[in-house]
Amino acid sequence: MITTYLFYLLSFLAIMFGSMVVLSKNPVHSVLYLVLTFFTIAGHYVLLNAQFLAAVHVIVYAGAIMVLFLFVIMLLNLNKETEPHKSIWLKASAAVASGSLLVVLVGSLKGASTIQSTNAFNPNIGLIENLGTTLFRDFLLPFEVSSILLLAAMVGAVMLGKKSIK
Amino acid sequence: MNSAIQVIPLEWYLLLSTVLFTIGVLGVLFRRNAIIIFMSIELMLNAVNLLLVAFSSFLSDSKGQVFVFFIMAVAAAEVAVGLAILMMVYRNTKSSDINTLNKLKW
Repeated sequence: MITTYLFYLLSFLAIMFGSMVVLSKNPVHSVLYLVLTFFTIAGHYVLLNAQFLAAVHVIVYAGAIMVLFLFVIMLLNLNKETEPHKSIWLKASAAVASGSLLVVLVGSLKGASTIQSTNAFNPNIGLIENLGTTLFRDFLLPFEVSSILLLAAMVGAVMLGKKSIK
Repeated sequence: MNSAIQVIPLEWYLLLSTVLFTIGVLGVLFRRNAIIIFMSIELMLNAVNLLLVAFSSFLSDSKGQVFVFFIMAVAAAEVAVGLAILMMVYRNTKSSDINTLNKLKW
């Protein structure tokens, strides 16, 4: 029973903080609301028995990516409401377009209640032992390729960040 | 305590992920600040992550959670390169408004 209430609470908070990310005027407030959204999503992971993933999520997103965002905002001195306003028509069309997308996506979920799980429920799949076995047995090549991707991203970020490229 | 997927129907997770994804799309369309657009993209990636974890838990298959790791790696790479590009844009135009970047616009 408490799981149900926690799910409702975390869902409500996730949607509310997600909306605040988009709607708040100050970019620093947006970053902080995004951190809160990530914490609620980590709570969802814990409820879904993905404990290791929740820990990694908090470390990577709230710890690394959001610090990078805050750092760039402070560096560019964007921590004030400098954003020029879009015209009311562009705002209205953005709202209508995303609302239509929501309606289409929710409509496409109509048959989802008939999905049946073919496997017996196993509460241990989120533990690090199972995840490591899957990662290094079935996904060894993607794992190595993602290391090359990270190296390329690092080189690209350093190249772009240099003052003058010769 | 039970796992949430045993007491919550899968549709609720589908709905929650859909709503979060739509909020991300709204952010991309609604705002002009490039940093907020990046944050909206992160929100969309996280909606997909949540859906993958819900399905992984529902089907008792750990492959979905391994995919989330790969998405996190891609998101980290994307943020590093994207913010470097943003710094570069800011250095050249002195603003983070995406409407100043209209050289490729038809």
